Amino acid sequence: MSALEQLYQQIILDHSKHPHGVGLEVGEETSHQRNPVCGDEITLALRWNAAGDRIEAIAWEGAGCSISQSSASLLATLAEESADEGSPWTTEEFAALIEEFREALRSRGAIPLDEERFGDAAALSGVSKYVARVKCAMLAWVAAEDLLTRRA
Amino acid sequence: MTHSPPPGTSTAAPFTASELEAIRAQFPILQREVQGHPLVYLDSAATAQKPHRVIGAESSFYTTANAAVHRGAHTLAGEATELYEDARLTIARFLKVDDNEVVFTSHATEALNLIAYALGNASLGMGGAAAAPYALTPGDEIVTTELEHHANLIPWQELAARTGATLRHIPVRDDGALDVEVARSVIGERTRVLALSHVSNVTGQVSPLAQLVPLARAVGALVVLDSCQAAPHVPLHPRELDVDLAVFSGHKLYGPTGIGVLYGRAEVLDALPPFLYGGSMITTVTLEKAEYLPSPQRFEPGTPRIAQAVGLAEAVRFVDGLGLDRIAASEHALGQRLRDGLAAIPGVRLLGTDPAAPTVALASVVVDGVHAHDAGQFLDDRGIAARVGHHCAQPLHRRLGATASLRLSAAVHTTAEEVELALEAVAGIRSFFGADDDAEGSTP
Repeated sequence: MSALEQLYQQIILDHSKHPHGVGLEVGEETSHQRNPVCGDEITLALRWNAAGDRIEAIAWEGAGCSISQSSASLLATLAEESADEGSPWTTEEFAALIEEFREALRSRGAIPLDEERFGDAAALSGVSKYVARVKCAMLAWVAAEDLLTRRA
Repeated sequence: MTHSPPPGTSTAAPFTASELEAIRAQFPILQREVQGHPLVYLDSAATAQKPHRVIGAESSFYTTANAAVHRGAHTLAGEATELYEDARLTIARFLKVDDNEVVFTSHATEALNLIAYALGNASLGMGGAAAAPYALTPGDEIVTTELEHHANLIPWQELAARTGATLRHIPVRDDGALDVEVARSVIGERTRVLALSHVSNVTGQVSPLAQLVPLARAVGALVVLDSCQAAPHVPLHPRELDVDLAVFSGHKLYGPTGIGVLYGRAEVLDALPPFLYGGSMITTVTLEKAEYLPSPQRFEPGTPRIAQAVGLAEAVRFVDGLGLDRIAASEHALGQRLRDGLAAIPGVRLLGTDPAAPTVALASVVVDGVHAHDAGQFLDDRGIAARVGHHCAQPLHRRLGATASLRLSAAVHTTAEEVELALEAVAGIRSFFGADDDAEGSTP
């Protein structure tokens, strides 16, 4: 697989074309993030359980390149899978996951995303070799982090 | 689609293959590889690559003659001043204007801001009776266009906000051309400034200056021309174009970064109050007030961009040596093939399709179903450097129904083979991203 094919794996192209988790509700608390370099935009919301201590789902809307859009879709998928398996993320767990994601993406290819931890989102590992695209992949995750920070 | 070459460039012969080879040999960066391919640099509209002699001129200045200019009695100060003022003279001859009409700035953006701020200062009453005719008052109108680079839009928005003047726009037609018919009603008795692009940095189309400038002249408005995308490709003679002020950037003309040029009619520059204040621009200073030198010194406070000016002069000699008429002839053939080739690719939409507009070798496209950033990444993988995004022209993209585009722009070193490689690459974008195998692929 060429570096370009590693960057644009089929999972990424599929999620970009058929995104998961799209659709915000009126009045929902959101974080809006923009990448002024290429015009990517993501508006994202965290949906909490009744106790308010675990994330049941992530919803978002956005426009932009396939990396930014698939990354948001893959994040929503990962959150939903964790909830479906009976272990929805706590704030701390999610914050740690975001940090791990950031560290891998900024590693210039040195640290791959762990498939056990990131599932299909591990396909975003290829982005870390393209410094200019890391911001695209981070956009949804930065929006989520912003919401976690506001809550803290 | 046949586009005419830009005005004033019609009869020269394109470069021969051996001439082109010799030109390419002057650009050291063309030796490098990108992603395992020879570099195909098609982003000259963002910044041009530099020939050896420009890099050498800047380096040589620092190596042999570096000193502060216009002060000091020592030998180096004298030599540096001579080189700096000789650079100004070289630019003045290139533009066919007087040397006191050439102001060096940090970039074209600063040059445009300089004009807007000087007019703003005149509007505050600064500059006395000489500047009074340039003062803007509420109800006065500043006219710009829908296709401007943000650098020739935002300074006017802010000037309008500071002075109470009204900002108006010449609209763009579906084919990317300025609407001259509507311009006749936009430019009127209250128009004090017309600020417009010489060549669009998105469509590559040359503006109909011969029709628009007389409209401004008829109402006594000041004409400001953004020639950034024109200067490397077509002869730029502000007096023949009948404009009061014109700007271009050095780095797009094979010169160094960090330098721009403002041309202004001497009468206008000497009347306008300064924009930035400090040393090197004054006659007498007391603790209370200062008096200013005439142009160009009044607009060049502080230690100027000396090495950059020397480098830019060398770039101008490089361009002059090749001949802008021959550069235009060579680029015209490339531009024509580029536009025709892009327009023929299924699912690819060319921005700017006015058959009557002369064009330079620059074209932007929207690839259906693929974001411009992804398209640019695909090209980069083949060693092709192209620009993606809105190219600092959001209103024009909005007008043409796009959020971003992929821009390919040629230069004096571009070959026909490189254009073919780029066309082949663009033709492969949609299939790589799967945009051609489902019906729902739409422009994001």
